Amino acid sequence: MAPATASAITLTINGEHHTLTVDHRTSLLDALRERLDLTGTKKGCDQGQCGACTVLVDGRRIVSCLQLAVAAEGRAVTTIEGVADGEGLHPVQQAFLDLDGFQCGYCTPGQICSALAVLDEHAAGWPSAATDDIRPEAGPPELTPEEIGERMSGNLCRCGAYVSIVQAVARAAENTTGSAAGGTTKEPAA
Amino acid sequence: MREFSYQRATDVDGAVALLDADPDARYLGGGTNLVDLMRTGVERPGRLVDVRELPLDSIESTDDGGLRIGATVTNSELAAHPQVRRRYPALAQAVLAGASGQLRNMATVGGNLLQRTRCAYFTDTSLPCNKRAPGTGCSAATGEHRNHAILGASAHCVAVHPSDMGVALAAFDAVVSYETAEGSGQVALADFYLPVGDTPHRETALPPGALITAVTLPPAPVAAHSRYRKVRERASYAFAIGSAAAALEVADGVVREVRLAFGAVASRPWRAGTAERVLSGRPPVASVFAEAADAELAAAQVLEQNAYKVPLIRNLVVALLTELAEETTR
Amino acid sequence: MTTTAQPTATTARHRSVGVAHTRVEGRDKVTGAARYASEQPFADLAHGWLVLSTAARGRIRAIGEEAVRAMPGVLAVLHSGNAPRVMTDYVSLLGPPDPTNALFQHDRVPHIGWPVALVVAETPEQAREAAEALVVEYEVEPHDVAFHADRPDSYVPDDGNAVLTKGDLEAELAASAVVLDATYTTPEQHHSAMEPHAATARWDGGRLDVLDANQGAMWVADELAKMFSLDPSSVRVRSEHIGGAFGSKGLRPHQVAAVMAATVLQRPVRVALTRRQTFAVTGYRSPTAQRMRLGADPDGRLRAFGHEALNLTSTLRPFVETSAALGRVLYDARAHHTAHRLVDVDMPTPTWMRAPGEAPGSFAVESALDELAERLGMDPIALRARNEPTVGPLSGLPFSSRDLLGCFEEGARRFGWAERDPRPRLRREGRWLLGTGTAAATYPSGAAPSTASVTAEADGTFTVRISAADVGTGARTALTLIAAEALEVEPERVAVRIGDSDFGPAWVAGGSMGTRSWALAVTSAAAELRGRLALGDGEIPPEGITAHTDTAGLLAELAKKERHSFGAQFAEVAVDPATGEIRVRRMLGIFAAGRIINPLTARSQLVGGMVWGLSMALHEEAVRDPASGSHIGADLAGYHVAANADVPVIEADWIEDPVPDDPVGLKGIGEIGIVGVAAAISNAVWHATGVRHRDLPLRPDRVLRAEEARTGA
Repeated sequence: MAPATASAITLTINGEHHTLTVDHRTSLLDALRERLDLTGTKKGCDQGQCGACTVLVDGRRIVSCLQLAVAAEGRAVTTIEGVADGEGLHPVQQAFLDLDGFQCGYCTPGQICSALAVLDEHAAGWPSAATDDIRPEAGPPELTPEEIGERMSGNLCRCGAYVSIVQAVARAAENTTGSAAGGTTKEPAA
Repeated sequence: MREFSYQRATDVDGAVALLDADPDARYLGGGTNLVDLMRTGVERPGRLVDVRELPLDSIESTDDGGLRIGATVTNSELAAHPQVRRRYPALAQAVLAGASGQLRNMATVGGNLLQRTRCAYFTDTSLPCNKRAPGTGCSAATGEHRNHAILGASAHCVAVHPSDMGVALAAFDAVVSYETAEGSGQVALADFYLPVGDTPHRETALPPGALITAVTLPPAPVAAHSRYRKVRERASYAFAIGSAAAALEVADGVVREVRLAFGAVASRPWRAGTAERVLSGRPPVASVFAEAADAELAAAQVLEQNAYKVPLIRNLVVALLTELAEETTR
Repeated sequence: MTTTAQPTATTARHRSVGVAHTRVEGRDKVTGAARYASEQPFADLAHGWLVLSTAARGRIRAIGEEAVRAMPGVLAVLHSGNAPRVMTDYVSLLGPPDPTNALFQHDRVPHIGWPVALVVAETPEQAREAAEALVVEYEVEPHDVAFHADRPDSYVPDDGNAVLTKGDLEAELAASAVVLDATYTTPEQHHSAMEPHAATARWDGGRLDVLDANQGAMWVADELAKMFSLDPSSVRVRSEHIGGAFGSKGLRPHQVAAVMAATVLQRPVRVALTRRQTFAVTGYRSPTAQRMRLGADPDGRLRAFGHEALNLTSTLRPFVETSAALGRVLYDARAHHTAHRLVDVDMPTPTWMRAPGEAPGSFAVESALDELAERLGMDPIALRARNEPTVGPLSGLPFSSRDLLGCFEEGARRFGWAERDPRPRLRREGRWLLGTGTAAATYPSGAAPSTASVTAEADGTFTVRISAADVGTGARTALTLIAAEALEVEPERVAVRIGDSDFGPAWVAGGSMGTRSWALAVTSAAAELRGRLALGDGEIPPEGITAHTDTAGLLAELAKKERHSFGAQFAEVAVDPATGEIRVRRMLGIFAAGRIINPLTARSQLVGGMVWGLSMALHEEAVRDPASGSHIGADLAGYHVAANADVPVIEADWIEDPVPDDPVGLKGIGEIGIVGVAAAISNAVWHATGVRHRDLPLRPDRVLRAEEARTGA
C-alpha cells in the first residue's frame, strides 16, 4: 500500500482547535486561507520572499507559506484574526491605523504580526544586524528607527509605507506592556 | 509539487532508519529552502521526515572550551545566544545578516549548511543547469552571472553558496557531526563541501541518508575579536554579493593570529588560508592586509559580469582587518 | 416608515476636506477582515492554474493533455485546441485590448511566458502539480530580446504625439556655449504589487459574476463583455479591496481564464497567479535608452532641449513609454525636439507602470540638467529657475497653475540647500562619502468622465456609489470626505461604496486621474441631491432619494490649459566607495498638487511614490537571459524592491496651489512622488563621489567599477 499523502490533523489557531484532513503539500498559509476561511493572512509570493504571510507559531514569527500545515500540528498558531482583544485593537494595530502604516493593506497583517514579534524579540534582548555592539554585556539596543527598520525588513511593502510603519512600531513599543505576541521569546540561557 | 508522505521523527535513530530505507526521502528541518524548492519543482521527494522535534536543539560549551551547536537550533536562537555573541561574535553577526527575522526563526543550523544555491538558473526548471540536471550545461557561465563565483568554480558550474552563517563557521574551523544507519561520523567544514569539478550536483561529503546532528566550534580565543560584514544589493533581506568574516589578534605589533573567510565568491564558504599565511607575523597595516587579500584573490577567475567581486573582497578584507586592528591597539 | 434627513446646513460648516482622517476601511485592514480578490469562499470552487510558454518564439506542436487529465482531481485542460473563441477587435476605455488576454486562440507563441494552457482541478495543489506535469512541445524559432540604444530597426510609432518639435535643434546646439550630449538608460521594471493577481468567476442566475482586484471594475467588466460577446448588463465585476496595482491590474489573463473555465465547467473557478507568473503576464515597464542633448548660453538659458527616448515593445502591439513627454512641460528653450522611438522584439507587451513616461524620463532629463549645471558652474536650482516657462513651451497654452519654483524655494529652505558646497567628493563620515542632489518633478493632472450616485437614506445617512477603485491611494476615504463636505454632514454619516461595475461607468485608478475624476462626479451628484432635498418636504422614503450624475458635460466645458502638478525632490546619500553600497540618508519632496483632501493619506501617497523612486534608483531591474529570453530571477528575491531598511526618514509636504478654474481644485498625487527621485539620488551620488551614473539601477558593482576606473586601477 502506498504511504498516505494526506493526514487528518488538528491545528490550534488563535486558541481554537480545528480538525481537518490536509494534503501534505498544503502550506499552513493555504490551510488558513483555503480551508479555514481565515483570509487575513496574505499570500504575496508563496516563497518566503515577502513576509505577507507572517503568523506567530508558539509566539515566534514565521512565514506560513514555507510552513507545511501537517508540520504545524501541535503548535499554537496566532494569526491577524487573533491579535485584537474583541473590539479593542491591539496597540500595534491601533498605531498602524492612526499613523497610516499601510496603503493597500495587503502586507499589513504580516507587518502587524511581525511587529508583535519584533517587540518581544527586542524585549528578550535579541540583537539585530543593525546592532552595533552585539555582546550580551552591551545590553539590549535602543529601539531606534534603524533597529526597527532592520527588524521589520522581512516584510516588504510595495506601497512604500515603511516610514509610517517604523513610526507605528515605535509608538506601539511605547504603548505595549508585557509580551506583545503572548509568546515565549526569551533570552536563551547562557 | 509532487505528493509525498510525511513522518515526524522523535529520535535520531528512527529518522536515520527512515531515510536509509527510502532513497526518495528527505529530512525536513525549517523548510525555508526545501519547501520552496519543492514548490518550484527543483526538489521532488516522495517522503519527508520531519526532524524539527529531535532533541538536537541545544547549544553547549564543550569541555575544551569550544561550543557545540545542535543541528535543529534555529538561526535566531544561535544569533541570540550569549556565548555565541561573546565568544564568536562574527557568527552571530553572520546569522543576523541572513534572511529575515521570520526565516531565522524557522531555519536550522543543519539546514543552513545544506541550503542550495540561489543561482536563478538552478531554481528555474525550464532552463539548463548542471547542478539541477547534470549534463544539461551551465547557463550562467554564458548568461547572467553578476553574482557568481570567482574562486573554485569550473566550466560546469559557477554558482555560489548562499550561506552567511557558513562563512563564519568556516573561519572558526567548525566540525560537522552526523549520524547514519552505520553509525556516527564527523567531517571538518573545510572538507564538507566537495570541489565543483564536473559534478556540481554532488555538493557535500555527507554519506547518503546522513543526518547532521551538530556543528562544533573548537576553542578559538581569537574568535572573540571577530566581525562579519556583508554587502548586498539591498540594505537587508537579500543574499550577499560579497561578504567576509575576520578575526584578528595582534601582539607585539604583529599579527599573531588571524582568521579570514569569504562568502558569495565560491560554491562553498571560502576560507582564505593563503591570505592568513601572508598575514601571520606581519604588521597589522592596510598595505599588508591588501597584499594578503591579493594573494588569496590571485587565483580568482572572473567572468564578464563579476569582476567587481575582486576589488570588493579586497576592500572588505582591508576594511575589516583595519577596524579590528584599530580596536586591538586602541 | 420615513424619517427626516435634511442635510444640516448648520452655522459651523462641517470641515472634512483638509483634515487628517484615518482610512475608512482601515480597521478592516489592520484586523485582517478586508477581503481581497481570492478571499471569498465558494462551495464547489475549482482552481485553475495557467501554463506559460517556456519557448521565446515559435509554435505549439503538441499538448500532452491526456496524461494530465488522468491526474487526481483534474477537471479540464483548456488550450488553443479546445478553448472558447473570444473577440479581440474591440476598443476598451483605454484603447485596444492587450493581446496577451486573448487566451488560447491560436498556436503561435510570440514571446516567453505566453499563456498556452489552463489546468483546472479540485484543489490548488492538484491544479499546480498537473499544470507542471503538462508536457507542451514547441516548434522553436530563433528569438530576439536584445534591447540597446543602437538598434538599427527602431522606428517612430504611428502616434500623433511621438515627436514634437519647435525651432532648429541642431542650429541652437551649434550656437550654444555649453553643450551636453549623453545617453541614459533605465532597465525593465515590474509593478510587483504585494497581492498577486487573482480572480474568481462564476455564472450566477444568468449573470457572469467576477470577483477580482483591479483598477477599474467597470473597465474590466466592459472588456469581458466585449471579449465574450455578452450583454454589458449581464457582467458584474467586483473589486472592493485591491492589494496594490500600479498599472498592472486591468484585464489580464487570469480573469479571462477564470471566465472560460467557469463557462466550460459551469461552476465557480478561481485563477490565482503565482508571483513568478505575475512577472510574466501582467505587464512591465519597458527598458529605455534616452539621448539628451542640451545646449545653453553661459547664463544657463537653454537654447536647445533635445530628448530622444527609445523603448521596446512586443511584436503584437506598439506600446510607447512616453519618457520624452515631461520636457515639453518643464523647460523653455529656443529649440525643442522630443521624440519617441520603438523597437519590436520577442518580449511580452509592456504597459503602464506608476508614472509611465515621467518616471524613466525624469531620470534622463533631471540628470542631464544637473550635469549641465555642473558644466555651467551654476546652482542646479538656479538653472531650472532660469528656464522656467510662462506658458506651455510647446503648446503655448497657459498653465492652470504652476509653482515649481515655489516648491524649490520651500524645499531648499527646509533641506538646507543654501549651505551646500557644490564641489563633489568633499564630505566623508567614516567609510561613507556624503552628497546631496535635487530634481524637478511634474505630472499631468487629468480627469475623465465618470458617473456616481448619492442616496439620502431614510436613517439619516448617505450612500455614495461609484465604480471607483482604492488601490491603496486612500481614494475611498478622500471621496468620503469630499461627499461629506458637499453634503455638509460629518464624514461618519457617509458610506462610500466602490469597486462594483453595477455602479456604472467611471474612470479607473490610473494616470493620477482617479480621485479627481471621481470627486467631480461625487461632488456634482451631491449637489444635485441637495437641490432635490431642498425642494422636498424633508420626508425620505424607505428606499431613500438618489441623485445620479455623469461628468462628461462638465469636463467638456473645462478650458484647454496645461494642467499639471509640480514638485521638487531632494536627497542625501552616503556612498561607500570600498563596497559600492549606497544608502539614502534622507529625502524631502515639496509638491504643488492642488487642494489636498486628506493630509494623512496624501502624505503616505507622496512618500510612497518617493520610495518607488528610491527603489528605482537603487534596486529595480529585471534581467533577461539572452539564450532563452527568460526573465532570470522572476521573484521577489531576484527582483528587488526597497526593503524597510533601505528607506530613511522621508518627508513629503506641499505648498498652496489653488487652481482657480477647476470645479474641485484637486490634482492627482499618485505618481508625482516618484518623478525625479532617481535623478535626485543619482545627482547626490555624483556629489558624493564625483562620478556620474547614467544607467539605473545604481548597483554596488557599478559604483565599484566607477571607483576602479577613477583610481585607474
